[in-house]
Amino acid sequence: MAYVITAPCVADYSCVEICPVNCISPRPETADFDSAEQLYINPAVCIDCGACVKVCPVLAIYEAGALPDKWKHYAAINQDYFLEAVHE
Amino acid sequence: MNNIPRPYRVAIVGAGPAAMYAAEQLLEQREFDMEIDLFERLPTPWGLVRAGVAPDHPEKKLVVDRQFAFILNRPQIRFFGNVEIGNHARHSELAEWYDALFYAIGADSDTRLGIPGENELQGCWAAREFVAWYNGHPGYSHLDFDLSGKRAVIVGNGNVALDVARILTLPIETLEKTDIADYALAALRASNIEEVVLLGRRGHLQGAFNNPELEELEHIPGVDIVVDADDLPVANEVVMDGADWATKRKAKTLFRLARKPPTPGNKRIRFRFLSSPVELLGDDRVTQVLVVSNHLVHDENGRLQARVTEEEYLLDTGLVFRAIGYRGTPFPGLPFDDSHGVIENDKGRVVEHGKPVAGVYVTGWIKRGAKGVIGSNKKCARETVSCFFEDIANDRIARSHFSREEIQALLAARQPNLVDKGAWKKIDHHERSAGRLQQRPRIKMTAIDEMLSVARNH
Repeated sequence: MAYVITAPCVADYSCVEICPVNCISPRPETADFDSAEQLYINPAVCIDCGACVKVCPVLAIYEAGALPDKWKHYAAINQDYFLEAVHE
Repeated sequence: MNNIPRPYRVAIVGAGPAAMYAAEQLLEQREFDMEIDLFERLPTPWGLVRAGVAPDHPEKKLVVDRQFAFILNRPQIRFFGNVEIGNHARHSELAEWYDALFYAIGADSDTRLGIPGENELQGCWAAREFVAWYNGHPGYSHLDFDLSGKRAVIVGNGNVALDVARILTLPIETLEKTDIADYALAALRASNIEEVVLLGRRGHLQGAFNNPELEELEHIPGVDIVVDADDLPVANEVVMDGADWATKRKAKTLFRLARKPPTPGNKRIRFRFLSSPVELLGDDRVTQVLVVSNHLVHDENGRLQARVTEEEYLLDTGLVFRAIGYRGTPFPGLPFDDSHGVIENDKGRVVEHGKPVAGVYVTGWIKRGAKGVIGSNKKCARETVSCFFEDIANDRIARSHFSREEIQALLAARQPNLVDKGAWKKIDHHERSAGRLQQRPRIKMTAIDEMLSVARNH
């Protein structure tokens, strides 16, 4: 099901640092990080470990099946980012 | 024993996100021991997380309890609240007292509109002032915003503009559950504002708002979001081809909003694109804004710029906010780059006459300008702090001869009402306890005297 980053994200990259499979982007060392509105989890790579949930300072990360209603569309947004945005 | 070098003694000026991330980065490594003194002009830490983040965004403020509070609690850190550098101590003194100084003082001012009426007429404010007011910042709690009119106009459509638009239109029951200042809650309860107009200089695709903040507007109960669809590009249009993914996401949301039928009786947040204020009109107080329509042209760098047309219109309003960017202000004793509104620096090293000033650094908005989100300050602090470590390795850091106790004694003599960690915890506890009785996160104290009496008496 993968984890999903939602609206409260402040782009503190604690999640990027702890993710064991490097599935969170943009990474702070890349140029697109500086203009990023939020960070995203690649659902095709995420192994559902949940490490990012605990370190997120604003509790912005949810298991896809447990997203609050107002942020349900963030599952698609996280996926779209990797399908579309990263190829630009 | 004498061979063990004493820890590096560092001062951080400011206690907002930029300062807290700098402290974290300083303490994260094991090579050098650090002793950090955090200077804050208010009795309360957390900078814009306390005085900037909108009260209806409590999730963003979790960064305090889940991160910043742990950093502040580290035994290597002392907190000197209610101490103003430039008043209680000068930059030149700090430079003597410490091995290194980190200025994380943020952006204290904002960009002005530069149009007739702005300086003369009452009722024209910086969004920055309104934000500080509703968040209970003691320096702004005395401001008096006239909410008796039906319409407010905000110039700009970035995230701060959206914050102000939301606060002016949110149902009062929503605000009653937040940590908004009590006087602001009372003023908003009596407000007559029915419509907030956001003027964006450029088009729909150049809106300054972020996607999460735009999408959030769709969920405000009792508020219609009005978007003129006239010149809104649709998904398959050529103009969209060059747009990046985030821009397309914005366009999709705006298109969805443009098609929504209005609900009679609802309040409205109205986006007007390609619109710039030309003049504020009125006798003593602003009563109207003259707005000109723009069109977009490519400049020499291929960037789309707004150019005025001959089409003008008037908006009736008694309340105008400028929200076109925060700006840093000069700091006594430090070189200032006026064109960017930052202290002159190279990757965080303060630079004067082209040369780095040894042991003096900047981080956050005063280093890179007012942009980015809370977490942007972490990457920013990492860069600055790594400059400091490089300077240590290259023997560029002169050690101070002052002891921690001497510094503390000097400060206590100059500011008898110094707020240390223990005093801040009393203030924090008091606010949270008061909030609990009303099922709110906290009830903010908004006067420094009140904070000090709580800090002394408990």
